[in-house]
Amino acid sequence: MGERISVVDYLVLEDGDPYVVANACSGCGATYFERRNACARCFGASFERRRMASTGTVRSYTIVYRAAPEVHVPFVSAIVELDGGGVLKANIRDVEPVPEAIRLGMPVVLTTFVAGTDDDGTEAVAFGYSPARTAREAGPEGVASGARAPVAQEQGNDG
Amino acid sequence: MADDVWILGASMIKFGRLPDKDLLDISSEAALGALADAGASMADIEILAVGNQFEPLGGVGQQLQKQIGQTGIPVYNVTNACATGASALRIVSMAIKAGEAEMGLAVGAEKMGKARLGGGGATAGKAVYERHGRSGAVMSTEGVLGTDFMPGVFAQAGMEYAHHHDGVGFEQFARVAEKNHAHSSLNPLAQYQKVFSLDEVMGSPMMSYPNTLLMCCPTGDGSAAVVVVSGEKLETLDPDVRRRAVKVSASVLTTDPWVDGGHQQPDVNTLTRNAADKAYEQAGVDPQDLDLVELHDCFATAELVHYDNLRLCEPGGAGDFIDSRGPWRDGRIPVNVSGGLISKGHPIAATGVANVYEIVTHLRGEAGDRQIEGATVGLAHVIGLGSTCAVHILEKAVA
Repeated sequence: MGERISVVDYLVLEDGDPYVVANACSGCGATYFERRNACARCFGASFERRRMASTGTVRSYTIVYRAAPEVHVPFVSAIVELDGGGVLKANIRDVEPVPEAIRLGMPVVLTTFVAGTDDDGTEAVAFGYSPARTAREAGPEGVASGARAPVAQEQGNDG
Repeated sequence: MADDVWILGASMIKFGRLPDKDLLDISSEAALGALADAGASMADIEILAVGNQFEPLGGVGQQLQKQIGQTGIPVYNVTNACATGASALRIVSMAIKAGEAEMGLAVGAEKMGKARLGGGGATAGKAVYERHGRSGAVMSTEGVLGTDFMPGVFAQAGMEYAHHHDGVGFEQFARVAEKNHAHSSLNPLAQYQKVFSLDEVMGSPMMSYPNTLLMCCPTGDGSAAVVVVSGEKLETLDPDVRRRAVKVSASVLTTDPWVDGGHQQPDVNTLTRNAADKAYEQAGVDPQDLDLVELHDCFATAELVHYDNLRLCEPGGAGDFIDSRGPWRDGRIPVNVSGGLISKGHPIAATGVANVYEIVTHLRGEAGDRQIEGATVGLAHVIGLGSTCAVHILEKAVA
């Protein structure tokens, strides 16, 4: 078993439970999940690392069925609004990739998975989001129950 | 009037797959077509702007001059994603507005070939993870951290609208494509001219939910060009030429202002709203005055959100607007009567000029079977991710 590396530098694996960090503008608080020379919002040039929430809600999603050959399809891509601020794009995991299983606005929680292994045996660990389970839903079936619980009444419509 | 900017000539070639013509063939054809339509020649042209996105070595403007007339005038090569052609027009308009030229030529041309979804991160040889780029990615994140491919990005833009507005879902998005395919059946310049039922649209292969294949624009080759003239110069021209001139009442270019998460999912709304509002103000035109609109329907999900962004419907009412057939050619505000990008085609750099060509043709009353009768004012919109938005409002007016 080799080393582990996060697929992007804003996913932190080495500090207990995995979490994401942002480059937050010291002036206005705008958050970026990439290196910035200056803040696009207030033009300030000083940033600090900020640990972001591991919970949020689904603002939008798509289910990708066609992609380049090396991309495993179908997968659910979502835009997640993090609790406490910040927006991230990631896959929704642990659900059937069908519209009926995903509800716009549904709460989600950060999860991690191995996205690949390099020739040295190093595992690349990525993050995604799973439907957040309420206490009642968190039965013996585990995360699978979260996939079925919040069924949308209508495709593309959060009611 | 003397300060106004006018379209004097306009031309586009039939979009499609044109393996026997190179980029200079198609750009020459559109440019010469627009000059002939204007009753002008390269000797009259004082500035040339040529839009092209994919030619790796650039310099297409200078190459085009070698084919249509090398007169020593300034040339600008323009690249602005899907807003490339509109940006070329904007540059020529600004030069005329500034008094640096009386007549100019804007061209957009693209050879795209067949569709390819490539762009993945597969590498040959021994692969060892190393961090690259501003997010320190060790691999292509497509499919790992969501999607960056256009069908999905625009699907997410549409689904965000669905999230905030009841009565918007797969069927409403599909109806957009049903309409545009139907419209294209009247346009001989469209890449495709085939009518599809709503069931056929919804039942075609799913690309990126809710966008099916028939809800995505095709790739293709194409070109379009316009001759632009100052009001002052126009007054000196032959009455028969003047009569067909169309006034550019507004020409606006915007980029995306900062929003939270804009680097994760591009915000296609704010810059479009900003451009539209500025254009309506510049032209003194109300959205309800529009006789037709050509907007950037790269995907059906995109068209629907732009009904709202361009104020064609009540705020939040894009679903009702399409359900009530408001944007059909016999509806309240006809949208994409050309067939739109979805069926007319979307050769990237040609698009922003071709939609102006479409509006001009209707305002002149020369659109044949697809003519919107009595059209006097129209709006052309494009958005290029990155992002750039261009809005032009054109009016039939007496020069």
